[in-house]
Amino acid sequence: MSRIAQLKATAAVAGILVPLAASGVAWAQDAVNLRMTIWSANEAHLAMFNEIAAGFQETHPNVTVTFEPLPFENYTTTLTTQIAGGNPPDLAWVLETTAADFVNSGALAPLSEAFSTTEGYELDDVTEQATALWRRDGELYAYPFSTSPFAIFANNDLITEAGARTPAELIEAGEWTWENAFDVAAQVASGTEADGLVVRDFNYQVWQNLASIWRGWGAAPWSDDGRTCTFAEPAMVDAMTRIHQAIFAEGAMPGPGESVDFFAGDAAMTITQISRASLLPQEDPFDWDLVPLPKGPAGEYAVVGQAGVGAFAAGENVETAVDFLAYMTNPENSQKLAQFFPPARASLLNADTLATTNPLLSPEQLEAVVIDGIANGQVLPGHTNFAQIQQTVRAGLDALWVEDADVPAVLQSVCSSLSPLLSR
Amino acid sequence: MHMRLAADTTPRKPAFWTMARRDAASGYAFIAPQLVGISIFVLLPLGLVFYYSLHEWNVLANTFTFVGDANYQMLLRDPNLPQVLWASAVFSAGLVVLNMSLALLLAVLLDQKLKGMVIFRTLFFSPVVVSLVAWTIVWSFLLQANGGINGMLAMIGVEGPNWLRTPSTAMISVIVVQVFKNVGLNMILFLAALQGVPKELYEAARVDGAGRFKQFRRITLPMISPTILLTSIITIVGSLQVFAQIAILTKGGPGVSTTVLVYYLYQQAFQFNFFGYGSTLSILLFAIVAVLTFIQWQMRKRIVFYEN
Repeated sequence: MSRIAQLKATAAVAGILVPLAASGVAWAQDAVNLRMTIWSANEAHLAMFNEIAAGFQETHPNVTVTFEPLPFENYTTTLTTQIAGGNPPDLAWVLETTAADFVNSGALAPLSEAFSTTEGYELDDVTEQATALWRRDGELYAYPFSTSPFAIFANNDLITEAGARTPAELIEAGEWTWENAFDVAAQVASGTEADGLVVRDFNYQVWQNLASIWRGWGAAPWSDDGRTCTFAEPAMVDAMTRIHQAIFAEGAMPGPGESVDFFAGDAAMTITQISRASLLPQEDPFDWDLVPLPKGPAGEYAVVGQAGVGAFAAGENVETAVDFLAYMTNPENSQKLAQFFPPARASLLNADTLATTNPLLSPEQLEAVVIDGIANGQVLPGHTNFAQIQQTVRAGLDALWVEDADVPAVLQSVCSSLSPLLSR
Repeated sequence: MHMRLAADTTPRKPAFWTMARRDAASGYAFIAPQLVGISIFVLLPLGLVFYYSLHEWNVLANTFTFVGDANYQMLLRDPNLPQVLWASAVFSAGLVVLNMSLALLLAVLLDQKLKGMVIFRTLFFSPVVVSLVAWTIVWSFLLQANGGINGMLAMIGVEGPNWLRTPSTAMISVIVVQVFKNVGLNMILFLAALQGVPKELYEAARVDGAGRFKQFRRITLPMISPTILLTSIITIVGSLQVFAQIAILTKGGPGVSTTVLVYYLYQQAFQFNFFGYGSTLSILLFAIVAVLTFIQWQMRKRIVFYEN
């Protein structure tokens, strides 16, 4: 190649590369990559989130959103470790139990103004009851994107095999009470190879899930203002005595250290959230039903688990993160989210809308369990410094999960350990 | 001649790069990467942990406040700490006694010249190379109330306890799981030491009429005492750092009966977000390990027999 040809080639290459490099620098400066931690690695969930992120990118071409699944069991621990290590995400799912910690600490960015000024957002459509946990001094700090009622999945095949009445039959007869539910569970446990009733994810560690039972007795772990322990109150003593009896005297519930999976067909009933319907067996299915929690001595009740999404106030891209959150939870995307996570928007809380996104559930099940549950449900107990409280109560309740436990004495002892933490 | 003599006796300026200096420089060059690594990954974090222990660090509120010795004062008042230290001591004592006795017994048995010994050595050593988490998860299934251990006991008509949920058996279970995991390592070290004991010593002892137990006590134990010292230091330090087994098997329960110091500091720092107090607990752990290692090292003068 001659010298002139070399110069020409160099000029041509430079002519192509220099503008590209210049525009590349501009892209790099404007590019924003939002990171959001979630606790689901479910492919269908991730596909839906990525679809929503792709929609946001159409109007914000410089923004990409990465969803980072963290294991559920250590979700909050991993999240706070990321924050301590100087690598906080821009957005995060927050559990109802730790809502007080995140909302009260000032870790999350305020959302009310951004949501109100977003065209078509219709913040008024989001029920006040659903946002109660996520507000401080009237300001919203996280969006309650999932309000999921606890309900009972029943294996009618096992129940019929044991000669017991199914929950649907008991509901029809107006006899769907905890006494009868425990009775059905005990009959299956003694009359078949399977177990009775499983409180899913409880494992004699995650005691707050027992709220799905003790609320039927009107019991609560602490007073409404969160400052007084009520574990030793008569309602809780009665509820825990009944649970203890169901485990150790009747064998209606698997004991501590026993591993039983309802969805594998190993138990008559399980208390869990409706999103677990995806675990129902596709091959060799059993005849299942989804029913509301039974009536307790204190009457009918419902319990919900909640999750919020917040944007971190100390992040580098707070404004963009809040904009994305507004987009992610607008009416259109809330409908997409509703196929997995029961929505907080009143306009979506009807059997027609939910039926299109929850094909496994019948309109009757959606009405009785989801809509009524969200409308009347109390959220699982949460508190500031919940992790320490959770651990302290767990250690105290270990003494309850033995055959000859003195229930009132154990619960009194739990209060002795817990009271100093509540009054701080 | 005179001129040449004068030139020869003129003292030369010594060269800077003497053999000794060259050796020293190459020595420093060899250890430099390790020194840099230790400084960045050991000494710096150690200093930072001490620095954090003087602060109250609220991760969520993004506050980092100097509190002086407040965390150390809290250490003295912590009502859980005596139980935690007791659990740590029980775990360490149980592990060291069981691990070392079993390792020595296995090493003595496998030191025999019989067919198939290589297979047995591999078999006993294999848990050492298995992932700790996988090993512990498998054991958690075996030890649950309706698990494999109780299933086997039921076959011989024995009703097993709820191993991980009963205070009296939970700690024993955690110790046994850890012993089976790591006994192979000490066994191999003991085996190597046993094979280094001169055979003529045993022959001389036999001529003098010493029995097998006396030979073991008066020859074997003294001759392998340096290895016993090494393995005891490694085992004790390792036992004080146990974490994954507790996290998987018992989560510190029932009650706080298996909450050892490392698990407790993990709870304080990473679960409860008390990073300052968690750092203080890790300084306490460092001090305990340092003191125990120093005591063992000093004891070598009395109990360790060096042939030379």
